[in-house]
Amino acid sequence: MTSPRINVRRVGSSLAPPLLFGVLFLVAWQTFVRGFDVSTFVLPAPTDIWSSATDQAGHITTAARHSGANAVVGLLIGLAAGVLLAAVAARLPLLGTAVTPLVAALAAMPIVALAPLLNNMYSPLSPLPRREVVAISAFVPIFMNVYRGLSRLSAVHRELMQSYAASETAVLRTIRIPGALPYFFTGLRVASSLAVIAAVVSEYFGGLQDGLGSRITDSVGSSDYPGAWASVLGSIVLGLIFYLGAAVLERVVLGPRAAPVT
Amino acid sequence: MSEPVPPAVELRGVNKTFTVKRGSVDALQDVDLRIERGEFVSLIGPSGCGKSTLLRIIADLLAPTSGDVWVNGKPARRARLDQDYGIAFQQAGLLDWRTVQANVELPLELHGVGRAQRRARAQELLELVGLADFGTHRPPQLSGGMQQRVAIARALAESPALLLMDEPFGALDEMTRERMQNELVRIAGETGAAVVFVTHSIPEAVFLSQRVVVMSPRPGRISEVVEVPLGARTDDTREAPAFYAAITQVREALRGRPVPEAVQVGAAVDAALRDKASGAL
Repeated sequence: MTSPRINVRRVGSSLAPPLLFGVLFLVAWQTFVRGFDVSTFVLPAPTDIWSSATDQAGHITTAARHSGANAVVGLLIGLAAGVLLAAVAARLPLLGTAVTPLVAALAAMPIVALAPLLNNMYSPLSPLPRREVVAISAFVPIFMNVYRGLSRLSAVHRELMQSYAASETAVLRTIRIPGALPYFFTGLRVASSLAVIAAVVSEYFGGLQDGLGSRITDSVGSSDYPGAWASVLGSIVLGLIFYLGAAVLERVVLGPRAAPVT
Repeated sequence: MSEPVPPAVELRGVNKTFTVKRGSVDALQDVDLRIERGEFVSLIGPSGCGKSTLLRIIADLLAPTSGDVWVNGKPARRARLDQDYGIAFQQAGLLDWRTVQANVELPLELHGVGRAQRRARAQELLELVGLADFGTHRPPQLSGGMQQRVAIARALAESPALLLMDEPFGALDEMTRERMQNELVRIAGETGAAVVFVTHSIPEAVFLSQRVVVMSPRPGRISEVVEVPLGARTDDTREAPAFYAAITQVREALRGRPVPEAVQVGAAVDAALRDKASGAL
């Protein structure tokens, strides 16, 4: 197997264009805000956001830790439920055909819209409602992908295993599960990004106010717009950490079968 | 002591009817066939003649609607459970996440053969198919022909007395195909296995086989069995007049009428051109 070592030169050349574009974008933003004297409640300059972010770094990190914890716990619950249900659905085709459209419908639903209702069910100090929103959001892509991966069995492999007189358990172990792994990781990538979005956005609707979402609404409420943007920056970093975490895990497990990180 | 050795395959009065939306299709009608141990037999015929269905019935991947199927003197189902045959398809069907070696070991692993023994056997087989140095590669790193060799090695893993092949070289280019045919003749000779080989290429069937079973469609049945007494196959065989004579004979059988002596050459050229245009047959 090719080692999962990362080719530094290749990563460098693939990182250069987006970095350059990002820097140009920030320069344009800065010039626009300063040049047209845009007021901070409309759009603060990147430098204002950056100084606010460094001033509030401690608070933002603490809030990010809370949101991150919600995202991780919710993601793990969604992951476990998604994999488990997908395994059952793949094993029992009748259940699979009954459940899959329902989960697909769930995907079309704005799940964060459930946040105020779930908040209502628990104490205002409970982190549970946000974690539940995260879990449901993460469940959907995990279930859909793992189910698709496990259900796939090419005609050649089916006939081959039949010629070996292999049991369904042997087919599961030697073909279905290893074949479903890339699907699982595709689901995990989507789910890990969704988890952070769900964790942050669900705080907009009340409940315990200790995460990045509530920092954003609080800052806006007290007219600290650069501060709100600084917390948005924190959410972006948190989302990237989750996405990269999933991508690195995929690379470690799948090796050359993994999809490229970006 | 000297019990008569049962044939590799024996089919008696085999019929297969598929039920489809409107009514039924007779895929096979009254098929009788006996294939001796170590014999190389090709099944050839146009699409829909039931050659692949027949192969799957021998493999007990499909049940006949009526008739008897024996493999190695056992009912087909028993033979499948006992791993009396190895099988290879048009698609190599290798597991991309396993090494070449682990792919060859798959059937042994499923049947509880120990690690050391598996490894030794896989090495032996990879040597047989000329891939001894590729054990640690992954299938996607190999060419189509090499993947098909791995599939053949895998089919031979349990030293079966019968090798079933469903157009295994159908997706390969002509050059690779001829090389693989030479290899297969050698491998079949070395293992002593009987081979049932489904193809729709006339030269391929003639080059490989001792007998070519010609089938016709609607309903699928055996229309003629052509003996190919060409002796040991070498690259020279492909140039031999007897080789072309056998090709003509199989082609006539496929058309269902003899080709007059005078137009044979012209017809052979025609057919050769048509073969080229449509890949085969």
